[in-house]
Amino acid sequence: MRNGTVIDHIPAGKGLKALAILGKKGVGSAKVAILVNAESRKLGRKDMVKVEGRRVGEDEASLIALIAPEATICIVDEYKVAEKHTLSLPKTIKGAIRCTYTRCISNNDSEAESEFRVLSSSPMIIECTYCVTRISEFEVASQF
Amino acid sequence: MDILSSLGLGRSYLEKIFSDAKSFKADISAGKGILDGKVIALAFFEPSTRTYTSFDVAAKRLGASVIGFRSQEDTSMAKGETLSDTIRMLDGYADCIAIRHRYDGAAKLAAEVAKNPVINCGDGRNEHPTQSIVDLYTIVESFGRIDGLTYCLMGDLRYSRTTNSLLYALGQFKPKAVYLSSPDQLAARSEVIDKLGFKCKKIDYDIDSVIEEVDVLYVTRIQKERFADETEYKKAKGSYYINEDLVARMKPEGILMHPLPRIDEIDRRVDRSKKAMYFEEANNGVPVRMAILKRMFDGGR
Ligand SMILES: [Zn+2]
Repeated sequence: MRNGTVIDHIPAGKGLKALAILGKKGVGSAKVAILVNAESRKLGRKDMVKVEGRRVGEDEASLIALIAPEATICIVDEYKVAEKHTLSLPKTIKGAIRCTYTRCISNNDSEAESEFRVLSSSPMIIECTYCVTRISEFEVASQF
Repeated sequence: MDILSSLGLGRSYLEKIFSDAKSFKADISAGKGILDGKVIALAFFEPSTRTYTSFDVAAKRLGASVIGFRSQEDTSMAKGETLSDTIRMLDGYADCIAIRHRYDGAAKLAAEVAKNPVINCGDGRNEHPTQSIVDLYTIVESFGRIDGLTYCLMGDLRYSRTTNSLLYALGQFKPKAVYLSSPDQLAARSEVIDKLGFKCKKIDYDIDSVIEEVDVLYVTRIQKERFADETEYKKAKGSYYINEDLVARMKPEGILMHPLPRIDEIDRRVDRSKKAMYFEEANNGVPVRMAILKRMFDGGR
């Protein structure tokens, strides 16, 4: 790839979920390749997502850390890796995930938008700011 | 400034409220005219007796007028209006909104919509901060302090907003010990425990082992629908029955509290004991809420 972005070190099987998260941020229209079950020294097997001709911002990709806490983002410029970062979750996550508590106001008012406070990225601990419910990594992954 | 959670209430704020509440309790007419011309909206989407009435009386004793409703049937929410729209309307009419709602986080959402301050009067299983201020005031009245006492919170600690708020508020003080007594499935949530600046000790059903050292025994009701099976419910019900014998084993100066309404967790004969503080606790609702409202318009915490 000449120019673009590679999101690497996604646990095997979660590549499509990562793509779905990127899609929510409007990356869906770019030319995208997904590689599943690639060999990895770190993870054994891993998935990768490549977005061609477009620089994906860390903020756009940060929610991938919800399902792949060790994922990295590489910006490729003229066939070279120009930048490389580990993705990290933002301090608060708005709208992207649902609260699992059915009696939370964020699930019961059409104007309410979910909001989670990120208490820790690894292990991932996120807590609804409305009802103070913590939701697990598994519960998050099942939403994508 | 909104009052949504007891977590954000500082010690100096609480102490100011206690001293104002004391003056109002000594002379209820001392509040006269303080909120002249103000309008307080009571938006009670869920039924309430004590909290609604005490806010209503507190606002009127301060000279404010009160608008609002009690229980969902009275409002257009029943016809499908969103909480946000109802709050927006009340916000246009009133200077402050006190809200109770069956969903957790409703008060926070209301505060995001409203320009005027919002007071959380109970949101689902989450919090009831003004009740915790009433509770602490009652403790101060009995002991002259909150620090250094031994507390035992008992009953349904999982779905009880009053115990959540009380635990958060206690975090501003230095309790000697805090015991949590509840059946496993009704144990306080780790989300709450993790936010406390002090350690709690879980004692399950074993109230007997601590009763003699407890200064404040705080009981909440246990609801049958919270239990998956009948046996477990009966076990809980049996263990959380407060009778005269148990109360007699408390320290002579110890007190028994309950946010009310109670169902049958306290033997009515206990009411005669001077340790039974729950009716006094309910009486304190008015002076404490007067102090809260006054402070709200004095500006700041
Ligand atoms: Zn929630």
